[in-house]
Amino acid sequence: MSDTSKMQPDTYSAASEVGAVRTRRTWSQRAWITLKKAPFSAWLGMIIIAFYVFVALFAPLLAPYAEADSSFAAYAPWSSDHLLGTDQIGRDVFSRLIYGARNTMGIALITTILAFVIGGGFGLLAAITRNWVDQVISRFVDVLMAIPSLIFALMLLSIFGSNAISLIVIIAVLDSTRVFRLTRAVAINVVVMDYVEAARLRGEKLGWIMRREILPNIMPPLVAEFGLRFCFVFLTIAALSFLGVGIQPPTADWGSMVRENASLIQFAQFDLRAGITPLIPAAAIAIITVGVNFVVDWFLHHTSGLRDEH
Amino acid sequence: MSKDILLDVKGLKIEGYSDEKWNPIIKGVDLQLRKGEVLGLIGESGAGKSTLGLAAMGFVRAGCRITAGSAMFDGLDLVTAPESQKRALWGTHLTYVAQSAAASFNPAHKLIDQTIGATVRDGIQPRADAERDAVKLYDSLMLPNPETIGDRYPHQVSGGQLQRVMTAMAMSSRPKLIVFDEPTTALDVTTQVEVLLAMRKAVREHGAAAIYITHDLAVVAQMANRIKVLRYGEEVEEAETREMLSNPQQDYTKSLWSVRALHKEPEQSEDIVLSVNNVDAAYGKVKVLHDVSIALPRGKTVAIVGESGSGKSTTARVMTGLLPPSKGSVTFNSETLPNALAGRTKDQLRRIQMIYQMADTAMNPRQTVGEIIGRPLEFYHGLRGRAQDDKVVELLHDIELSEEFIDRLPSELSGGQKQRICIARALAAEPEVIICDEVTSALDQIVQEGILKLLLKLQKEKGLSYFFITHDIAVVEAISDEIVVMNQGQVVEQGLKTQVLNPPFPDYTELLLSSVPEMDPDWLTDLAQKRGMAGAT
Repeated sequence: MSDTSKMQPDTYSAASEVGAVRTRRTWSQRAWITLKKAPFSAWLGMIIIAFYVFVALFAPLLAPYAEADSSFAAYAPWSSDHLLGTDQIGRDVFSRLIYGARNTMGIALITTILAFVIGGGFGLLAAITRNWVDQVISRFVDVLMAIPSLIFALMLLSIFGSNAISLIVIIAVLDSTRVFRLTRAVAINVVVMDYVEAARLRGEKLGWIMRREILPNIMPPLVAEFGLRFCFVFLTIAALSFLGVGIQPPTADWGSMVRENASLIQFAQFDLRAGITPLIPAAAIAIITVGVNFVVDWFLHHTSGLRDEH
Repeated sequence: MSKDILLDVKGLKIEGYSDEKWNPIIKGVDLQLRKGEVLGLIGESGAGKSTLGLAAMGFVRAGCRITAGSAMFDGLDLVTAPESQKRALWGTHLTYVAQSAAASFNPAHKLIDQTIGATVRDGIQPRADAERDAVKLYDSLMLPNPETIGDRYPHQVSGGQLQRVMTAMAMSSRPKLIVFDEPTTALDVTTQVEVLLAMRKAVREHGAAAIYITHDLAVVAQMANRIKVLRYGEEVEEAETREMLSNPQQDYTKSLWSVRALHKEPEQSEDIVLSVNNVDAAYGKVKVLHDVSIALPRGKTVAIVGESGSGKSTTARVMTGLLPPSKGSVTFNSETLPNALAGRTKDQLRRIQMIYQMADTAMNPRQTVGEIIGRPLEFYHGLRGRAQDDKVVELLHDIELSEEFIDRLPSELSGGQKQRICIARALAAEPEVIICDEVTSALDQIVQEGILKLLLKLQKEKGLSYFFITHDIAVVEAISDEIVVMNQGQVVEQGLKTQVLNPPFPDYTELLLSSVPEMDPDWLTDLAQKRGMAGAT
């Protein structure tokens, strides 16, 4: 007890209190430390995502043939010319697989972003106003969510026609209801904070409060939701394509590739490789979904503030 | 070793994990407790009081570990004992009363079931006996309707009552040791008196030993036989209560109650800058303010005192326009302000600034200090870039911080530093009036003193007027010129400090002032006798 009094000033001085400086790291240093501590599954997920993004970006360079080039024999077996053979009208399956990454992921990404802009914007608005505006939006969202989304999407697509634009808009609107619910729920906890009241007292406009005071504080759950939502959108598009109302030929897409080559499965007893062919785009869908989930799991655990016991 | 030693902690060291390394929290503390004795643990936040209190029960929080020392309890070393053995003691022989009773009860179960849960589980008493006993405990803790209060759920009783029910829960199994962790910190002074009396009575009647953790020396003086002062995880000094109060050895111990020595000479002024006139206000249908009139003289401080629910903060919300009054008006520089926030001009908003109780929630955790202070500069004065940075640095110097703080995030600041940044944000607007809502009540005594001195200095330099909402009479003494006493949405008394703090008092002022704990071990006993309350002995 005696050495305390020597080490520390015993009476109060502003200098000693305000001088207690804690180490400060730059953003990139903190990010790197976080990454270094990421578990194996998260790293695996990140590598998978990076690989898919790479393939999607450089599809024209990586693919041996054009995505709609049907100048080959139909149902050709695996060979050095056609690594995964050709499909029912003689298009190279390997090339279409590579282009499929670009098309399926691109459309899913745009759809997810749009869903977040719509759902996030209205969610923030509802959380801040908490009056009849909130009631109107929330009840409308309840109505949308009451209808099974795949059936609803099928109906809307048959009304508006199956083109990329309506596909994107319809899925984005349907998925934005989930984003709305989440955004509203997390934003309500932030809206009651004193710093939001301080901003209102300062006379700040609604947009500024939404963008600068609330949004940065609800980002972690939204980023995690973005990853999950991307997976769901991806699966919805693949499912719709499989049903024939999603991405339309000749655009390559994993969902429709499964459907188009599905009949090959029954030839597995004669040529195993032919039987595997329709399963490869399905596996591509499964792997990216698992990869994104790995990363999201880790991110959620990391930002939830749960501390591992030591 | 003497036989009546119940708990003997020797050389205890505890570390906590943060910033990727183990940091010492408790750096080798000895602690002895005899049967039936109450030991007060006192220190600032971060001194390691709670960690030590829990360790005395053999418990460490997640992310902490005991690295050295022993804690002998009734012949068992709690440090090395296996979890199963300790679990048999917890809740029955070793019990704990937490700071926030409201957060510690399960809202889905009745109070009686939670009170006797551990006692029945461990077969100390059969259910019917335990229930009868709990009613007796409720009675001795001076809870209203002791027979039926146990049938209520936690949300159906008040905070002070819940705290007493929690004490009953801790007493139910007739434990050998109870650890009280700041049990009255969240209560109003008038409620605190009742809870303290009840707890002291219960502990004495049942002969349990207790560790009483608090940062309030005046409170611990009423409860403890001995006091141990902690700082930075080390013992500063330990002595019998009376000895400690009359003759503290260390400078640090003396500084613990330094804020109570601050005093400001009140000055009168007729030049009114801000006033609320005959205001009624309501939340929905619940009317919370009744005909409130308060005037703030220019360059002076008016302190509003009262218990929670008395309408102090609501009055502030009316002033700022957050809650438009249903009747009456707010006058600023002799012109009537629009009632609602939306109706006020930017310049009107700028002149009235607010500082909050919890600096933690008053600053956006994602913005740096530079952004937080810079925003009002840009918003009200159009300062950007270099000019804004220069002004931020100037403001940082005003609040006695250096310019290296400009890039910090709120999470990288101490409690006192955070409150200083909030003051700087208010100053950035160049206001005439600052409304301070309990700005020091979440801070340690020493830090409080620093903040109060800073506010006084700024008032002198910049001619600021403060509306100072507080429930702490020591703070009122330190900073105010005038005092407004509020109770149940009405102004009880208003006047110069010297006037209000001197007799004769209206009844409510008397009750409020006499409930503030004093640095005298006999204060609680005397007060209880004066008021004819139970548990005076």
